[in-house]
Amino acid sequence: MVFEELLRQRAAREQRRDRMVRTGRQIVVLGLFICLLGLLYSLYKVMGSAIDDVQSGWPVIGSILPGSDDLRMPPVLDIVGGIFEEPRGTDEPFWSIVGKEAAFTLREAAVGFAAGVVVGLGIAIVLTTSGRLERALVPHVIASQTIPLIAIAPIIVIWGRKSFDFLPFEWQDWMSVSIIATYLTFFPVTINGLRGLQSPRPENLELMDSYAARWGQTLWRLRLPASLPYLFSAFKIAATASVVGAIVGEISAGVKGGLGRRVLLEAQRYTTGPERLYIAVLGAAALGIFVFAAISSIEYALVGRKGRETVT
Amino acid sequence: MSDTQGSMDAHRLAVEIRGGSKIFNLGRHNEVKALTDIDLDIGQGEFVTLIGPSGCGKSTLLRLIAALIDTTEGTVLVNGKTADAARLDRDYSMVFQRAGLFEWRNVSRNIELPLELMGWKAADRRQRSAEMLELVKLDEFARHHPAELSGGMQQRVAIARAMSFHPKLLLMDEPFGALDEMTREHMQHELLRIWSETRITVVFVTHSIAEAVFLSTKVVVMSPRPGRIAAVVDNDLGERTEATRDDPAYFANITAVREALRGGH
Ligand SMILES: Nc1ncnc2c1ncn2[C@@H]1O[C@H](COP(=O)(O)OP(=O)(O)OP(=O)(O)O)[C@@H](O)[C@H]1O
Ligand SMILES: [Mg+2]
Repeated sequence: MVFEELLRQRAAREQRRDRMVRTGRQIVVLGLFICLLGLLYSLYKVMGSAIDDVQSGWPVIGSILPGSDDLRMPPVLDIVGGIFEEPRGTDEPFWSIVGKEAAFTLREAAVGFAAGVVVGLGIAIVLTTSGRLERALVPHVIASQTIPLIAIAPIIVIWGRKSFDFLPFEWQDWMSVSIIATYLTFFPVTINGLRGLQSPRPENLELMDSYAARWGQTLWRLRLPASLPYLFSAFKIAATASVVGAIVGEISAGVKGGLGRRVLLEAQRYTTGPERLYIAVLGAAALGIFVFAAISSIEYALVGRKGRETVT
Repeated sequence: MSDTQGSMDAHRLAVEIRGGSKIFNLGRHNEVKALTDIDLDIGQGEFVTLIGPSGCGKSTLLRLIAALIDTTEGTVLVNGKTADAARLDRDYSMVFQRAGLFEWRNVSRNIELPLELMGWKAADRRQRSAEMLELVKLDEFARHHPAELSGGMQQRVAIARAMSFHPKLLLMDEPFGALDEMTREHMQHELLRIWSETRITVVFVTHSIAEAVFLSTKVVVMSPRPGRIAAVVDNDLGERTEATRDDPAYFANITAVREALRGGH
């Protein structure tokens, strides 16, 4: 008995530690992965310059693959250094500038994501009400994604400036970018949501019928909880897509203040600081990873852990 | 007022089917005559089993009583009203072969599901679910999730969920079909204990002759293509104990049901 109690205490301790260890391990893996990328990048540069020294115009590196000179591929140390440098004309380190712009883009993406979840889930719920409606509308939902994002972005910004006067608040350009992000977000939510809402077994639906449950009760107590695993895999896709949508939206609609604008700007003045473009792109990647991780941890809190003890 | 209602119910049949028939996909190429010409009376407090070969329409009959599907012809009355009115009044509850618990809810919250749908207050729900857990002897598992329970325990939770709002009628479709022999016998005793404690009316579908005879007061033998009632075997064995399984009367009724099943072919 005493022994069992000891085991129980140890299991509780391990459980508490488990979560931290898991997060820690993920961070270490991510760090190692970044280091590995940096190493490969540097190796490629070393190889390229070694070849250049022997004979210029080697047929692979420099003609088929990108050249490895410092303009085209700034050294890793330059990139790391650039993070902390203050660009000319500012008194702020570059990481802080990019960070603020990432926050601006994150706001666009988050609002777009939230709207996309609402719209996407709304469509999925409406489609669940009837098989005929589903067959009629799903092809249109799919077709909506074949319209190129870059083409619609300027239209949405112009609409936003011209025709949203009826709103109680002043419409701002970043909100138009959110609409563009919504356009990319709602699709996976609708498709996966539809599958999830239809996932309960027939006998569970019959069970609800036998209790004379109203349609809304069945939705709230059976269909929606059953669709959570499906929805979260959609949310993870949608969250990263909302960041992509926000950046592409900023670039193609010419909205200032976010990462998209930064990427455009640093591309234009590339020769005076190639490492800054790399940093801006890395910032965008980090933002994508961040939103993915955020959704994953919400998923873990909401649908993880339950059920049988996992045997590893 | 509810008292007179109760005594009126006692005189009414729990289930009354007249000329019931069911044809699936009527008029289409995949038309199936699932049931024809069913006449069946089930009195209050009876324990009736439906038995017959696979595909003879046992589940269909149960779904007709539950008003989950409509009859093609004939009438189904439950407690003196139409089956659908009985459904909306929550006169009955169903238990399926698969326990069908909601895996995201713990045991207690699973049992509370029908009570939530009926708008019970949280405290009342909590209390009733505790009573039900006691009834099926699972008090210690209130906060466990279904995946942490054995198949037999899950089925007991399903029974507790079905009984939670004290329905007058329990419709069970092969509830013990997926259980091993030992668990199954144990569950049979549990069900009979609950039945004698609550005097609920039970309609129970099974494939097992022994189970039908051990459990019920009346065995309805069905035959296939088209599904109909071949015979009704009255099965008055008195109070069931372990000794019942060795009782000559028990074996005699098993033989009677078996012969009725053969005659149906
Ligand atoms: N929803 C449905 N649509 C079409 N045909 C159906 C449907 N449900 C049942 N049937 C048909 O009705 C007949 C009776 O089916 P039912 O499920 O009632 O049989 P059963 O006696 O319960 O069989 P089992 O013992 O295998 O469960 C079968 O021929 C089946 O194909
Ligand atoms: Mg069946």
